[in-house]
Amino acid sequence: MTTIPRTGRSTAPQGATAGAEQPPAPGSGDAALSVRNLWKVFGPKADKVVGTPDADLSRQELKSKTGCVIGVRDVSFDVAPGEVFVVMGLSGSGKSTLVRCLTRLIEPTAGTVVLDGEDVTAASEAKLRELRRTHVSMVFQHFGLLPHRQVLDNVAYGLEVRGMSKKERRAKATEILDLVGLDGYETSYPDQLSGGMQQRVGLARALASDPTMLLFDEPFSALDPLIRRDMQNEVIRLHHELGKTMVFITHDLQEALKLGDRILIMRDGEIVQVGTPDQVVGAPADDYVRDFTSDVPRSHVLTLKWVMRDPRPGDSSEGPVMSSDTVVFKAARAALASAHPVRVVDGGELVGIVDDEAILRVVVAEETTEGSKP
Amino acid sequence: MTATALRPPGAGARPEDDVAPVQRMRRIPRWALAVAVVVGWVVVWYFTKGTDTLTLGGRENTDTHDTLTSFRDWVLASRDTNPIVQLTTSIAEVFRSSVDWLQRMLSTANLPRPVPEVGWLGVTAVAAWVGLAIAGWRIALLVTASFLSFGILGFWQDSIDLLIVTFLAVLAAVVIGMPLAIWIATSARANSVVSVVLDLMQTMPTFVYLIPVVLFFGIGASGAVVATLIYALPPLVRIAGHGIRSVSPTTIEATDSAGQSRMQRLRKVQLPMARATIIVGLNQTIMAALSMATIASFVDGPGLGQPVLDGLKINDVGRAFVPGLLIVVIAVMLDRTTTAASERAENVARRGGHQHERRRKLLLAGTGLLALVLVYVSRVSLWAAEFPESELGTSLASVADSASTWVTDNLSSYTNPFRNEFTVLVLNGSDDRPGLQSLLAESPWYVTGAAIAVLALVVGGLRALLPTLVCLAGIYFLDLWHDAMITLTMTLVGTVLVMLLALVFGVWMARSRRTDLVVRPLLDAGQTIPPFVYLIPVLALFGPSRFTAIVAGIVYAAPAAIKLVADGVKGVPATTIEASRSTGATRWQEITKVQLPMARSSLVLATNQGLLYVLAMAVIGGLVGAGALGYDVVLGFSRSEEWGKGMAAGASIVLLGVMLDRITRAAAADRSAPREPSRTSRMRWGGI
Ligand SMILES: Nc1ncnc2c1ncn2[C@@H]1O[C@H](COP(=O)(O)OP(=O)(O)OP(=O)(O)O)[C@@H](O)[C@H]1O
Ligand SMILES: [Mg+2]
Repeated sequence: MTTIPRTGRSTAPQGATAGAEQPPAPGSGDAALSVRNLWKVFGPKADKVVGTPDADLSRQELKSKTGCVIGVRDVSFDVAPGEVFVVMGLSGSGKSTLVRCLTRLIEPTAGTVVLDGEDVTAASEAKLRELRRTHVSMVFQHFGLLPHRQVLDNVAYGLEVRGMSKKERRAKATEILDLVGLDGYETSYPDQLSGGMQQRVGLARALASDPTMLLFDEPFSALDPLIRRDMQNEVIRLHHELGKTMVFITHDLQEALKLGDRILIMRDGEIVQVGTPDQVVGAPADDYVRDFTSDVPRSHVLTLKWVMRDPRPGDSSEGPVMSSDTVVFKAARAALASAHPVRVVDGGELVGIVDDEAILRVVVAEETTEGSKP
Repeated sequence: MTATALRPPGAGARPEDDVAPVQRMRRIPRWALAVAVVVGWVVVWYFTKGTDTLTLGGRENTDTHDTLTSFRDWVLASRDTNPIVQLTTSIAEVFRSSVDWLQRMLSTANLPRPVPEVGWLGVTAVAAWVGLAIAGWRIALLVTASFLSFGILGFWQDSIDLLIVTFLAVLAAVVIGMPLAIWIATSARANSVVSVVLDLMQTMPTFVYLIPVVLFFGIGASGAVVATLIYALPPLVRIAGHGIRSVSPTTIEATDSAGQSRMQRLRKVQLPMARATIIVGLNQTIMAALSMATIASFVDGPGLGQPVLDGLKINDVGRAFVPGLLIVVIAVMLDRTTTAASERAENVARRGGHQHERRRKLLLAGTGLLALVLVYVSRVSLWAAEFPESELGTSLASVADSASTWVTDNLSSYTNPFRNEFTVLVLNGSDDRPGLQSLLAESPWYVTGAAIAVLALVVGGLRALLPTLVCLAGIYFLDLWHDAMITLTMTLVGTVLVMLLALVFGVWMARSRRTDLVVRPLLDAGQTIPPFVYLIPVLALFGPSRFTAIVAGIVYAAPAAIKLVADGVKGVPATTIEASRSTGATRWQEITKVQLPMARSSLVLATNQGLLYVLAMAVIGGLVGAGALGYDVVLGFSRSEEWGKGMAAGASIVLLGVMLDRITRAAAADRSAPREPSRTSRMRWGGI
């Protein structure tokens, strides 16, 4: 399966160097979510690690020395309102821990999380409940539905704990079920639904309380590939319709590239790289990321910006004109058909030239890496 | 010596001086060591038998026993000053007056009325209505039939009294048990603390509770309710706690993330999701309560246990038969009702329970009204208040009596030789060949003690040795060594036979679905019946003797053990068996080399349970000629001056139970990492 080309949602790359960027101080600007120096250490005396020399030890060393396991190590990032922010990494890299720290389902060891201007890490228990009831909702890999309740009452659960009347919350839940395409299943029980439908219920439950932010922890990993693609499209659709900020955990790079405005890559609890999909693929921060992205069909992710060379005085001016954020794959046919190289423009200004060879380098390199696989 | 270090462990002989003694011992198989110990023991027995056996005559007391008796007197005397005793007495008073009030309402004359406030017709109608409301039509019919049988067979009052005691104890168990269950489910520390207490309660045969309970709560209804409560509490706490703890953490997390409070989590997520398990716990608690409430007749607890006990005391099978039968009726009724209620609750939840809700409400309202009318009728007309006399009970009793007499007259020529052969062969032995009992009880106490300790070491390692030594020391100081050894003998013999049965039937059931389908319901039914009742038919067959108690113990323990073995063997993965078949193993090899070794932890658990069950029964068997500790306990109940001896006997039983439990557990843990076998939902938690 290949990724569906994304159109114009990604921000332009700020040059080829895209290591862990240093975001501004918390509270500044209007980030929907702002995380600063977040740590989670599991184990006995976990609070005695951060801020000591032990904090610099590697995961294994720390484990053998103190018996503590690092879940999240000194993570900082911002998520803009309306953005889809993807966190990815291998199993055990700390993704679930990170996303649970955001609403303190797991209590962070150190650091701050500011959500819609509200300091989550300093919130009282009542304040925290309030935040969870109205600001953030979460969708889980294994659904976490209540088997003894009908679909409708599962969806209405968040409204129920808020104290909304039965009639009101059921009406609201019915509405949301329509939105996720589950009308007619109101009175079913979760175990009567397929996995994909159960996750739709999970999604509806998260949407029911009309939060400003949605958190997803590998929501589609337990689903088969076709259903997974449906659900991804569903999320894209809902994002278009409702415009909610999303933090999306996955270990599937295809999924990350398909959904994410920006991608955060983690390893052993640390940030390795944060960037847009084409930054991550075009300029991997290290071998770990390169490895990660090696299987991606690059022509579907990279834009012309990543393959163009600077214009030279003798260049033909008859080739087709294309915008710099056109995906290579889309440009390929027209470029190869024309006898002249493509002229890449950004804001009406000529910024580079892409000749057939540059395009073939991307497309053919991909063929060979794919062909060399067993 | 690099060469030695490189050699794989166990390959080839190493120089002797390199090997630590423990390792050397390891290389001799355990069973060979155990046999060697026993052979040595027999040799010593041959030369020392009959000396230092610490035998104590039937009514003899020692200083220890007298000290215990005077402790009792001190407690009784301090009734007005000691705050603890005052507390227990006032609790006892609450239970006593509740039972009394319920009795006057339902089962005895509420003077000056010559009859209870509500007569049999009203009680039956209300019970049937409750059955209808919680479990449906069939159960309502079952309940009606059961209640009618109480009256028809002439035991209306005793039956209702038994239900009253059971009901109050279960009510108190729920009130105390549910918060405890929630507590242990949510706090790991609470869990470990409470588990230790529950473990202890489970290794303790019921009989033993009775003595201290009676001291602090008095005899009669109050002592009966408290003893029943103590016995019935653990299953609910354990099973409900387990159910609440096993609620999927993902669901908890998901609902937490919706911003629920702790109370909402408990009420809307944990309790509903654990509901089926909680009801299983409730079922077990009810059944445990019923069995204890019958045994509480030893301390004058009201109910059907009393006529059974009266019959057993004078070995009158006919007299014990009808009330025994009614106990079975009640057991079946309660078990079926709770099971059906839980199934129905599940179904209603599944279907959403909406479709017929209105019709159901109307039906319940109508039948409820009818029940109330019948209650009124039973208050105003005598025929509906007092169950009409019926000869059926008496004639049934005389049928049972003549059947028993016939058995004694005709079958005893078969059963008695069998019993006598067994007794000589296994228990008593002869002058130059010891039976198990003579070996344990006729060796000098220090020889027996040392032999048991060494065997514990061999079987369970150091972890078994320490508790064994402590328990043996305790038994020694309680001055009932000889009796304890006899009870131990009965327990061991019974358990060996139980395990033989369990192996044969367990493997058979695991290998044949059809056998399982036929046998399992029988075992389930067997486990529903209070143990007390088993004594009746066994007594009819074998008359009063030690052998009778052993047989009753076997009958009582076998169902649990068989089911554990069957489930363990069935749990062996099919792929492993296929793999073994593909190597061409015979059926026998498959069983002995694959299935049984892989089901080892279940076998150990079955042995453990078997030991505790048989021990419990060996004690109750004191009534039917088993003698030894059981007899001492009964004596302690019935004679004031023997109280100390009864208490000492009870404590010795506990020590025996703890010792056997520890040894089997250590044996299980020593050889492999302990793997908790899946417990079948109907397994009884612990011995009676
Ligand atoms: N409760 C806990 N106690 C101790 N260690 C934990 C706990 N939860 C997670 N960890 C450790 O923290 C690390 C990160 O775990 P986490 O579940 O966040 O990984 P993940 O990236 O979500 O992996 P996956 O893709 O498998 O879900 C792992 O090494 C894990 O062993
Ligand atoms: Mg995870």
